[in-house]
Amino acid sequence: MKFVLPIILVAATLVLMALAIFGVGQSAGTVGIATGSAVPGLGSKADTSEQALGSFLTDIRRRNWDRAYSALSKTSSVDEPSFIQEWTGSNGSLRTFSTLETYEARPLHATSDDAQMRVRMRWTTPVGPVEDVRDLNLKHEGDVWKVVWPKFTAPTVPAQVIPVNYLRWDLVNGGADDGWGSRNVDAPRVRIISMNAVDSSEGAVVMGEVVNEDTIPAFVNVNATLVDGAGKAIDDESSFDKIAHVLLPKQVSAYRIDFPNIGLKNVKNVRMDVKATLVPASADPVIGVMDQKVDPDAQGKSVLRGQLLNESGQTVNIPHVIASFYDNNGRVIWVSDGYVDRALLPQTSEPFAVEIPKTLASKVQNFHVVVNQYSLGKS
Amino acid sequence: MQPKNLSDHSVLDKSVLAPAAQPASVLDDSVSADAVLKDSVLKEDFALKGRGFKPRRKYRKIDRGLSRCGRILAATRMQPWLLVWVLGANLGQVCAAQDIHAPTSVPAGEDTHFTTTGSDKATFYLVGPGVSSKSDVELAQGVRIPAQSVRNAGNYLAILCSDTCRSATFYVTPAQPATLTLRVHPSRVPVGQNDAVSGVALPFDQFHNLVIAPYEVNFQLTSGNSSVMSRAVRTLSGIAWFRTSSGKNTGSQQLNASLNALTTRRAVQQVASDPCNLRIKGQRTSKGIMVETEPVRDCSGNPVPDGTIVTFTASSENTKSSVDAPIKRGIARAQMEAPGATTISAASGVVMGNDLRIGAQP
Repeated sequence: MKFVLPIILVAATLVLMALAIFGVGQSAGTVGIATGSAVPGLGSKADTSEQALGSFLTDIRRRNWDRAYSALSKTSSVDEPSFIQEWTGSNGSLRTFSTLETYEARPLHATSDDAQMRVRMRWTTPVGPVEDVRDLNLKHEGDVWKVVWPKFTAPTVPAQVIPVNYLRWDLVNGGADDGWGSRNVDAPRVRIISMNAVDSSEGAVVMGEVVNEDTIPAFVNVNATLVDGAGKAIDDESSFDKIAHVLLPKQVSAYRIDFPNIGLKNVKNVRMDVKATLVPASADPVIGVMDQKVDPDAQGKSVLRGQLLNESGQTVNIPHVIASFYDNNGRVIWVSDGYVDRALLPQTSEPFAVEIPKTLASKVQNFHVVVNQYSLGKS
Repeated sequence: MQPKNLSDHSVLDKSVLAPAAQPASVLDDSVSADAVLKDSVLKEDFALKGRGFKPRRKYRKIDRGLSRCGRILAATRMQPWLLVWVLGANLGQVCAAQDIHAPTSVPAGEDTHFTTTGSDKATFYLVGPGVSSKSDVELAQGVRIPAQSVRNAGNYLAILCSDTCRSATFYVTPAQPATLTLRVHPSRVPVGQNDAVSGVALPFDQFHNLVIAPYEVNFQLTSGNSSVMSRAVRTLSGIAWFRTSSGKNTGSQQLNASLNALTTRRAVQQVASDPCNLRIKGQRTSKGIMVETEPVRDCSGNPVPDGTIVTFTASSENTKSSVDAPIKRGIARAQMEAPGATTISAASGVVMGNDLRIGAQP
């Protein structure tokens, strides 16, 4: 009698292990982290395109590069270092700080020889979760399915000298023994030139544009407080990263302030507060935003896409795009932002895309994009 | 239980505070006191005696004291006026034992001497803004307050204690102005703005007390060697201020504020205002369209400072390109990619420039 319970426990454990090794990998689900083989070397053959893709992405998530590379089709014209670099990033880009957390694959079409799958990958990054959607092709080679990986060409920059003689503003702080009133370098003058409050599916949103009216750079933050009919503050939030914080003289940036789970029906007034401080800054690098256009993406969503062109000689590690959208009255009706996960090397360009809410896409008449940039070694 | 005729609130309060009544047998002198206390609340108390009410202890003492005074006067045959004179003399002696005489005001940071009366030793306390001290003094010599004890302007309290304590208050006034603090706002001002520059001067003495007394402060705004503005302003409650318009030309201006021999200097940077009449020109090159502004100036003709952002936007049929280009040596330039017919516009802040139409690439 005393051996019954241990025997049951051991049997249950073995059954569960068997299910984990063989059962899950063969299930039809291709969502998230539970797919793929639990024990390396014990995975089953990729009899279906879903299994092959699930196994491939699980290896990617585990950074098992050799196994992932071996799952590529012979027709893939990519070498292993380039393949790894594409997943791990380079030059201090956002991808180098990111980890694939979950994925979700859906078949687009499939025949007995090839298949196309749409993969929605969710990355954890220092700037929050980032979603990446890719369409991958798979081929039936022999008795297994393999992933066809397109050739990745990392941008290369030829050796060159790029003279940079743009203005730079340095900040000299006075000594502690300065007399009162002698250190009167005023904060930069900045002004909110437009503001619009709307209800969205996730709560109230306050957005608009702010301009640096001064002749010196400014570090800008916009705060908003929602006030009810009794004059009581409901909530206050800041623009956080939905703004280009460092504004050069006469530069305009869009801002967006989100109030999750708050409806505008209870809001009587919105108090705006813009704070600006003097910061050292440089007019370099200059980033052009080329070929901007609004069109539907592969999922049918309206996106503003374009190319970021680094016109300077400095690598921009993490480009950040902030786009403001206007209606036919010139009013800001939405502000979107997005990070580019590849570094922007000197004199090269990288694509970007930011989403427009479906309900607003038809109202968008114009847009304006500003590029915020984070470079390693610079605060 | 309280008697009904003690319903008056004040009497009730007293009865609550009164100690327990003594037995009726000790109230021997109450009859004579009754005549003195007629028409008073106390009389009511005494009048209740016959109905079982017991007078309070303090009333009995008054009663007894008056009775004894009457007996003494009768025994010594002393006239009442003589008794009053003796008591007054004794009281005057007690009062003249110690006292302190302080001036109403004392300049900050100066030695001060207070006269005292009396001949004994006493303890002197000084309490003021940021100061509290205790010292032993000889009443015959007066009280000397060292300069470092009265550096801070404000109200002070001097207390002299021997058998009893006497006090006096005095005010420490700020000394002569030793520094002149000048605040100028803003440190940068666009040209051509009305009432855009303001300055505030505050005189302080050597102990950092704000000098309240009125003084005349001369403000002078100079640009290079020429005087832009000169104004004499009298301080009011320790503050003198002015407001003036900014000039027409960019550059640094000096603001001098002087009070007697004191002079303080600040700089005000006059900067260009918003760009005015922003115009662009451009041409196709092998790489696209090179577009640049004409020298960017404000409406007064001052060049807009380098680093100011000019946003170029190239709009073609389907796409749009934009570049935020900083002004360099007075001109902002950008390279735009637009193979088709393109309209290029420029803006700096909220100021728009002209539109430039460039045909498609041949």
